Formats: sequence, structure tokens, C-alpha cells
Amino acid sequence: MKQIETLEMVEISKSFQGVYANRNLSLNVGSGEILGLLGENGAGKTTLMNILYGLYQPDSGSILINGEKAEIQSPIDSISKGIGMVHQHFMLIQNHSVIENIALGYKDTPFFFPKLSIRQKVREFAEKFRLDIDLSKRVWELSAGEQQRVEIINALLNGADVLILDEPTSVLTPQEIRELFMILNDMKKHGHMIIFISHKLDEVMEICDRVTVLRKGEIIGSADTRKTDKKALARMMVGKDVIFNIKKEKLNRGNPVLNVDHIRVLDDKGKVAVKDISFAVHEYEIFGVAGVAGNGQRELAEAITGIRQAASGKISIKGADITNLSPRKIYDSGVSHIPEERIKFGIAPGLFLYDNAILKQHHLKKYSRRSFLHYKRIKQHSMELVDNFNVFTSSINTEIRNLSGGNIQKLILGREISEDPPLLVASHPTYGLDVGATQYLRERLLDRRRLGGSVLLFSEDLDEIFEVCDRVAVIFEGEFTGIIEPGDEHTGDIGMMMAGSLRI
Amino acid sequence: MYRIKTTDRAAITRTRTLVTNLFTLAAGIVMIGIILMFCGANPFYAISEIFTGSFGSMYGIGETITKAIPLILIGAGLTLAFRAKFWNIGAEGQLLMGAVLGTWVGLNFGDTLPGYILVPLMFGAGFAGGAICGVIPAILKIKYSINEVISTLMLNYICAEFITFLIVGPWKGSSRFGFPGTDSLPEAAVLGVIPGTRIHWATLVFAVVFAVFLTVVISKTRFGYEARVVGENPDAGKYAGINFTGTMISIMIISGGAAGLAGVGEVAGIHHHLGHPGAVSSGYGFTAIIVAWLAKLNPVLTIVSGIFLAGILVGSDAIQISLGLPAATVQVVNGTLLIFLIMGDFFLKHKIRITKWKTS
Repeated sequence: MKQIETLEMVEISKSFQGVYANRNLSLNVGSGEILGLLGENGAGKTTLMNILYGLYQPDSGSILINGEKAEIQSPIDSISKGIGMVHQHFMLIQNHSVIENIALGYKDTPFFFPKLSIRQKVREFAEKFRLDIDLSKRVWELSAGEQQRVEIINALLNGADVLILDEPTSVLTPQEIRELFMILNDMKKHGHMIIFISHKLDEVMEICDRVTVLRKGEIIGSADTRKTDKKALARMMVGKDVIFNIKKEKLNRGNPVLNVDHIRVLDDKGKVAVKDISFAVHEYEIFGVAGVAGNGQRELAEAITGIRQAASGKISIKGADITNLSPRKIYDSGVSHIPEERIKFGIAPGLFLYDNAILKQHHLKKYSRRSFLHYKRIKQHSMELVDNFNVFTSSINTEIRNLSGGNIQKLILGREISEDPPLLVASHPTYGLDVGATQYLRERLLDRRRLGGSVLLFSEDLDEIFEVCDRVAVIFEGEFTGIIEPGDEHTGDIGMMMAGSLRI
Repeated sequence: MYRIKTTDRAAITRTRTLVTNLFTLAAGIVMIGIILMFCGANPFYAISEIFTGSFGSMYGIGETITKAIPLILIGAGLTLAFRAKFWNIGAEGQLLMGAVLGTWVGLNFGDTLPGYILVPLMFGAGFAGGAICGVIPAILKIKYSINEVISTLMLNYICAEFITFLIVGPWKGSSRFGFPGTDSLPEAAVLGVIPGTRIHWATLVFAVVFAVFLTVVISKTRFGYEARVVGENPDAGKYAGINFTGTMISIMIISGGAAGLAGVGEVAGIHHHLGHPGAVSSGYGFTAIIVAWLAKLNPVLTIVSGIFLAGILVGSDAIQISLGLPAATVQVVNGTLLIFLIMGDFFLKHKIRITKWKTS
């Protein structure tokens, strides 16, 4: 009955628009083994697994099942060959019941009376792996952990010998994580192979037999979890030992600009995303927040800039309380913002470049006389922004959607610092940009610091954080696991802190 | 095997827009011809008759302009709502509520107030009526995320039934011999017309001024800017500190209010009493959607597209009588044009290529 005894991926490469997501990656899994794939966001873990599952085609390399080359063109192929995947965001239909969702995902569901014929089969599987679930409930009534179990049943029912779990614990409560691990151990006993994608060291050490570490699309190393420790894995994950860039000019920290005092923020689903964080950012300082995406960075940035309400705590700028004021009032008190998703928040794509150049400033007196906008001045300002910030465009009279990501980002940066704000909140400002634009943006951030401004920088890129920042806070599950300063003995442990295994 | 591949067009020039629009209009008219042919009419004769009926005589031109008045007013107001991506399908109901409140003022104060006070009051009341009708779906959308297409559409029926209730019930006129309808408006409440036509010139001037004014508002003012940003990307609007609720409500006050003004114009300029809802407006609120779309959501262009669509209305009426075509001819002609315009928009924004299917 078992289709897969061994699975190998050999020399897999995949690039998107010239950027390698995977480069000559090879790995193998054997029967009854749990393999951990460890790496930061963007390391290429999910791309690799999407290739295995047939969602992407590799540029080169091959997949071997039981030593023979397997053609996987689509998920239909991979499912029929015994590979199943549970995505980070569940692929279930919310308004349908559990059994209906399973029937929908099952390859041999008959056309008539689908639910009747598979109910018995589902029961057997649920008992075998102790997957406790009410089949008649509708999916929206289920907790995240239960939805995950539905996905797992779905994969097992389709005969999955290899199960890929993409960040399976990110949405679970600690209790649900324990239950998931019990299920996984049961599956292991029955000879299933599991590929467990994660960036949490503790979990990988606990559940996996072997672990492979990815970084920037390449394999950094593999290790047996019984023969290694968290510290070594953390070092592999982060890459070379990180050090603060000491070449940037020495400046003495000035007065505090931003004070965040015991703030708590909820995410879109009402869960606590930021728990009781306090810190201050000063003049002549760039304060970095490092961490894996989804640990509360976004909610923290949005609470400071007024896009999201803080549940409790206090935020002040130069002593003035700005907690939960409107985004416009907060902007007027001196906080500008380079948003995380520049296309989603930073621009109105169908409007002209010059319209977008004043998105945050159109209400200011110099652009708005009574209720009319002063377009002559706006266009002149746009021209200056384009010149001063090297925005490459044919004209300022073009729709901004025609610009490349890097040029849009330069325009947003220019717009946000044109009024010389005391505080700039920059969320992943160089994400997805080419080397030239990245370097340019980092230098402009350092300029802000030199001129006495303060910058709060959120970034996943540790190289960037340590190149520009004066101090670095590490965020994990909504809390700072530590704030590092140059010369700190803990600098080398940042990987451990990002993974929640160390607090200082 | 062949397959159709669509990609986004990078730059859309003015010439391309114009050419595409002319082509889609032409294609739409050809389609109308084909439909008319199936109804047993000679398509060439029928289509030429549509245009001679509406623009070929002084009477035709007068009728066309009369019908263009509500279309321009409503169409211009709709461009603003559509720019903000608020799909207001309820202009018909907004027009009717404007007519109701306008009539109420006319009937109750017509004997005591002189015309130069009464008429502005009627228009003010009509504006308020349309605005209320427009703001309700806006609030429902903002507070409870209720789809505005459904709520505005449904409000049309509520408004129409409300008028029916009024004219057979509390507002039924004593001079109507038992037929449904209010009494006629007093002399002071009736709008002057250009002699020999039914063109109530005050409303016409109002419509043209409004279309021009709204163009300036959209392109030059802070409010227009905020409306455009909110329509393009509500998240960016929030990030930019724009008050979403306030902007949306203002937009629907203007859009609904304009339709309300058109309602007052119809009652005070043409019918002189509030009658059956189907008589107060012959579907202007719906036809105006095509007017706004044809004008590429530019208010000032609704003057042109409004006259064009009014011409189609008058012309279709004419062939309906002269060629003995079914009463639904007008709707068929209108609907066909709208479908083609929307399709034209797709071809304007996308590039379509037919490529060979790769068999791997």
C-alpha cells in the first residue's frame, strides 16, 4: 500500500525574475522520519515545498521517489504519488461542513451522495491517528487546530505517505501544539514521512529527527537533532556572526522622541499581537526591531502611526500623548510612515505620480488653500522629489502604477521625509528592492539620523538592521526578547532570541 | 489548440480611449440593428429613424434636450460616486424621493410664497430627499458592510412604492376624479419652459452648471482628491489620514442630491403633479448609469453623453410607434449599449492575444 519509501530532491533551482529562491538544493527523507526545514522568512522553504507539491516547476533539478525520477506537474500528480501538503493558510471552505470539505478534497469521491460513501473511511482514519473531530460541524465553527486536523485527514485519506506541514504551529495555541505533536508521532510510528517547516528552534528540536537549515535560497547545513544544540542551529540560521556596523559616524544620542509605554495591541482577529512593550527612540538614533515576520511588528507599527488602535498603554512624541489619535493628527505631530506593503497602503495606483506625492501632505496649508489644492505647487514639489530621490520615471504626469517597486519606494520615502519629521517609522523599506535601490534607501535612513531625526526600523534582514541601527530590539510573539546595543555580549545570540529560545 | 491570453495594458492614451469608445458604440449600434432585424424591422431604416426622430426636427431636438436634463444631473452625480467606487444603482429612487419632498413643499407653501422663494425651496427639499436616500446605503455599507449594489437597488422599489402609497392614500388629490395622483402644483411652483418645447430651462441651466462645477470639484479640490484616493485604494486613504466615513457620506449626499434635483425638475417642469412613479421618471436613474459610464466618469462629458442617450430614448420611442415595435425596445437599446460600453472598457484596459497552446 505504501507508495513512498524514500524521497529525494536533487539539485533543485528556482528563480523568480532573476532572483534565486532556491539554488541547488538537495534533501532526502526516509520512512518514519520527521525532517525539519529551518530558516528565516524568504529563505526559500516554502518555494521548495511548493515545487515538491507541484505548484511550481523547478528551473532545474529532479525529484526522486524510491530512487526513480518522478514527474510532478501539478498537485494532482503529487497527491496521486502520495505527497500531501498542509498550507500555512488553510484551504478549506468556511461555509461547508467538515465532511463536505473532506469529500471535496478526496480524489475518489463519487459524484452521487459523496458524504455517505466516505464517512466510514474518515472515521477509521480519525480513530487510527486520534484525530478527534466532529464531522458535521461547519468549518467556520472550528478552532485553528481543528481546521488543521481536517487538512491532515484530507491528506491522509488521499494516501499521503509524505506530509508537508508549512509553519503548522504558527496559528496554534500551546495546547493545540501538544496535540499536533502527538498526532505527528503517531504518524511517524505508522511509517509516514513528515517535512516540518518552521522557524521556531524549540519545536524543531523537539519533534524532528533531522533538520536542514536554509538561508537565502541555499542549504547552510543539516544536523541530527540529537547531536546538535539550539545555539548551533541559531547560528546557522542567521548566517555569519552578526556585528554592528561601527564604520557609520559616531553620534551622541539626543533627547527621546518616541516613548512607548506598556503598549498592548490586538491583531485583526482580536488576538493579542503586541504584549506589553515599552521602549524609547531618541534623536540621532536608528532603533531597529528585528524578528521573524508575524511576531507583532506590523501591529506595533500600525499602533504607533494610528492605523490601528492600541488596546492599552501610552505612546507619546516629545512628551505629547498621541495614543489612538487619528493617523492625520499623528502625522501632524511628527510621525511619518513607510508602510509594510507599499502598494496596498502607500499609494493610490491609478492616480498620477504628483497626486501620490502629497498623499500624506495634501491637507497642509501649502498645498491646500481653502478647499482647493494648489496643483502648481504640488507639481513643482513632485518634480523636486523625483530629482532629489532619484525616482526613475518618464514624467510626473504618469499613473504611479507604471513605476517599478524600487522607484515607488523612493518616492514614498521622499514624501515621508519631505517635511523633516522628528520620527520616521519604516517597515521593511528595502523588501524586494534591487541592490542599488536598497543601498540608496539605507543611506537616506542614515541621513535622517545625521540630521538629528529618529528612525524606527522594522526589518527581517539582519544585515540591514546591523548596518544602520544604533540599537536593536528583538521581537518574538509580541514581546521584546531583548534590546541589544553595540558591544553587547549577546549580539551573537540574536538567532536564539528571534526564535524565542533566549531572553535577556 | 489555441488559447486566449489577456495582459494588462501599460499605458492608455487619450486617442486609444476615444477610438475604443467610438468602436464600441458602433458595434453596439450594429448589435441593436441585428436585434431589430429579428423583430421584423429593416435595421438600416430603423437606426436612421432613431436619429432622425431625435435630432432631425425642432420638435425632436426639444424633446431630446428635455430628456437630457435629468440624465445630465443624475449622470454627473453618479460619476462622483463611481469614482469613489460606490456603485450607486439607486438614482431612480433618489430621484423619486426628491420629487416627493419637492412636491410637498410646492403643495403646502405654493399659495403663500412667491415663486422666487418657493422654487429654490422646492429644489432644496428635493436635494435633501435624494441625499437622504443616498446616504442610507452609504451608512449601511460603512457600518455593516452591506453591499451597496443591493441596498441602493432595493431602495428604488421602496421609494416607488412609497409614492404609490402617497398618491392613492394621504396625498390623493381632490381634483383627480378618483384617479391616483396629487392635485396640480400651484402656478408659483411651476417652472417656466422655452416656448414651443417642454424644456424647463432653469433645471437645464442647473444641470450644465452642476456638471461643470463637479468637474472642478473632482479635479481641483481637496474633497475631490480625497474622493479619488478613497476610490482607488481605501487602505491608502486610511494611511493618508482621510476620513473615510465623512468622505463617503459627502459623496452620496452630492450624488443622491443631484438625482433629487432632477426629480423636482420632472415634477415642477413637466408633470406639474406627483403621479404614478413610472410616469414621474421613465427610468432616468438607470439610464444615467450609462450616461456616466459613457462620459468615462468625467462629469462635464455627461452633457454630451446625456444628450446622446436622451436622443436614443426619444428615437427609440419614435420607432416604437412608427415601426410598431414592442414597448421594451427602449430598454433593449439602452441595455445593449451599456453592455458594449463595459466590454469596451475591458478591451481598453487589457491586451488580448491568441496564442498557440504549448503541449508539453
